Amino acid sequence: MSDQKKTKRRDFIFSASYALGAVGVGVAVWPLIDQMNPDASVKALSSTEVDVSEISPGQSITVLWRGKPVFIKRRTEGEISKARDVDLKELKDPEKDEDRAKNPEWLVMLGVCTHLGCVPLGDKGEYGGWFCPCHGSHYDTSGRIRKGPAPTNMEVPKYEFVNSNTIKIG
Amino acid sequence: MKNNLKLVLIILLFSLNSLNSNSAEKSEDLLNPGWSFKSFFGKFDRVSLQRGYQVYTEVCSACHSIKYLSYRNLYEPGGPEFSKEQAKIIASQFELTDGPNNDGEMFTRQARLSDSFVGPYANEKEATAANGGAYPPDMSVLVKARQGGASYIYSVLLGYEDPPEGMNLDDGVYYNKFMSGNNIMMAKPLFEGVVQYSDGTSATEEQMAKDVVTFLAWAAEPHLEIRHKIGFRTIIYLIIITVLVYFGMKKLWSRIEAEV
Amino acid sequence: MSDHEYTPKSKFGKWFNDRLPLLTLSDHIVEYPTPKNLNYWWTFGGILTFCLIAQIVTGIVLAMHYVANADLAFSSVEHIMRDVNYGWLIRYFHANGSSMFFLAVYIHIFRALYYGSYKSPREVIWIIGMIIYFLMMMTAFMGYVLPWGQMSFWAATVITNLFSAVPFVGESITNWLWGGFAVDNPTLNRFYALHYLLPFLIFGLVILHIWALHVPGNNNPIGIELKKPSKYTVPFHPYIVIKDLFALLIFLIVFAFFVFYSPNLLGHPDNYIEANPMVTPSHIVPEWYLLPFYAILRSVPDKLFGVIAMFASIFVLVILPWLDTSKVKSAIFRPLYKQFYWFLLADVIILGYVGAMPAEGLYLLVARVATAYYFAHFLIVLPVLGYKEKTLDVPLSLTDPVFGGSANEELTKDQRSNL
Repeated sequence: MSDQKKTKRRDFIFSASYALGAVGVGVAVWPLIDQMNPDASVKALSSTEVDVSEISPGQSITVLWRGKPVFIKRRTEGEISKARDVDLKELKDPEKDEDRAKNPEWLVMLGVCTHLGCVPLGDKGEYGGWFCPCHGSHYDTSGRIRKGPAPTNMEVPKYEFVNSNTIKIG
Repeated sequence: MKNNLKLVLIILLFSLNSLNSNSAEKSEDLLNPGWSFKSFFGKFDRVSLQRGYQVYTEVCSACHSIKYLSYRNLYEPGGPEFSKEQAKIIASQFELTDGPNNDGEMFTRQARLSDSFVGPYANEKEATAANGGAYPPDMSVLVKARQGGASYIYSVLLGYEDPPEGMNLDDGVYYNKFMSGNNIMMAKPLFEGVVQYSDGTSATEEQMAKDVVTFLAWAAEPHLEIRHKIGFRTIIYLIIITVLVYFGMKKLWSRIEAEV
Repeated sequence: MSDHEYTPKSKFGKWFNDRLPLLTLSDHIVEYPTPKNLNYWWTFGGILTFCLIAQIVTGIVLAMHYVANADLAFSSVEHIMRDVNYGWLIRYFHANGSSMFFLAVYIHIFRALYYGSYKSPREVIWIIGMIIYFLMMMTAFMGYVLPWGQMSFWAATVITNLFSAVPFVGESITNWLWGGFAVDNPTLNRFYALHYLLPFLIFGLVILHIWALHVPGNNNPIGIELKKPSKYTVPFHPYIVIKDLFALLIFLIVFAFFVFYSPNLLGHPDNYIEANPMVTPSHIVPEWYLLPFYAILRSVPDKLFGVIAMFASIFVLVILPWLDTSKVKSAIFRPLYKQFYWFLLADVIILGYVGAMPAEGLYLLVARVATAYYFAHFLIVLPVLGYKEKTLDVPLSLTDPVFGGSANEELTKDQRSNL
């Protein structure tokens, strides 16, 4: 066999080994990385069902979902119209109230200030909504940022009414 | 050197053989109906798992908890694979205590998919007291916790006999041919027809024992099927790359063998 | 040792290497002259390095999910097995990895015993190796306690109770170890901390072990010292690297069979029962790799002397370079020593077997005989053999036929200087 052929054969074996080896190392490393992803028990708790039958208009409850507080507020007529009357041009993060609360009576959002993560206080602030005491962000009756350092409105998670008394979040 | 090596290997193999025979009953004496999940390509029989779940629920769960199973495991791949809806309905048939609520009180609610299987007793002490001082063991890993595994538990379930001549048993103690120590404080649990299988299979003692032990084997090793699958692929991969590296090594070393 | 100056190719390499000579170190490893005639028993050092790193990596990952509390430990392990992504794989890898680690270390040690790798000038490598082995046993023992099964708890109880055999201060020492009056949560917590720590001590010692090795270089199957480099050596990379890789792959195939198809074969079913201080298992046994020492411990009827015998069995290995008086290294040229070597191997396997059996009747008798032989082998047979044994003539080089060779290297020093 000529030396040229021998070299080609030798290179093939090595390159094939390196390629297969790299694949093997990748496959072996993946479980070590994936184990840090949310495990099955955490994922099972990724949605929560909440009974809202006891909440009267104007009342708000806070539930824990995925480790964070979620505000569920049953708004009064006044709060709804106040939210709807706002001119979008005034908003730092323009968003229609209709888009945030499909069923206008119910406002469901993550009770986490979008500035640095504190939990805003309800029925406080200059806009009739929430006020964050950490750095002075004011949110309106739709949970939108109106004044202060927070950049965006409080986040509305995925949720749905599974029946008239129960909201499933997540 | 070769003869000595052979002698050593024989001694070694003899010792390895003892790995499985620590119990009173030798493994070859145990009843073995054949388990679909043993062997390299072993899988769980889905329908058997579902029947086994039924036996567990209707017969065993009165005394035995299985706390490391969650209701969601019933629909996850590799197990009985009920549908998610079926599993939800199963879960909702059980009640558990949760709380405290905003009034500081504990309350009961229906179980959800994310909950662990509800056990028959509040705690181990209650279980022991209610069963004449013998704690009915939790069954989550029971198959792995007994020498002889699935075949041992199967044998015990079918091993109830009259005690031999002259043996007197206390109240609440039964004779069992395969139980280590031959005394067991559980009364015979399986009688023909005690369960009505929803798929119409005849509920003989052997059938129920096989189904419930299959279920317990899955409960102890829920990832068995994927473990076998990944294992097969891993070993094939290793063999291929070993052969490649072997020839690469030969090529490399052939360069220098010639020089000396 | 290589005596050529290594110059890095790149400017950055030069700048960095002047300040921290990592590139010089790397070049040293690449060029490291290794005897050409090493057989596959020499691949276990590389395999052991892989095992250590694999155990550390899988261990750290497990530590992200495990909870070292007596009430939660068992369930946290079940949580890993059931819910953590690939948790079952990582746990079975780590548990079986421990067995594979010891399998490799025993082959590695027995290689050294056969070929005289512990003899001058490699005594310190051997002693560091023995310290590594001892730390491995401590690490494995504490690791086995962590799942908090019945065997975990009772093995911990039996072994920690041994310290009460120490005269006068025994009970205080034992309570100090326990952090209480029995094995309980404080014991579990500290075992976890130490189980996490020791492997890093082992890692440091492994670096010293390899460093000490690189002074004289590897031993080889015929046990003669080679001038390095020479026509009888090859550079470590790529020749030995690829050979070690091949051996590692074979090792991994065996490992894979355990992990994927018989992950609980080497364990004990009782460890799937949650720890219960009120109920003792009928047979308390450690993991298989500790069985010979367990057998020696139980063969002495007195508690204190049993403990002393157990530690003595390790100590006797540490001082082996001075017990074995023969100047000839390799058993290939020591026909009598070779025979006793096989006796020793059979003896430790027998000790392992009886270690798993109840300590009574015939088993106890066999354990006692085997223990007696073990000590006799090191304390009587080896010292005597060095003087009495008529060894075969040792060749002068790897390829030269045997003539004019001698067991006493001093006599042939002049002839050997050219090799």
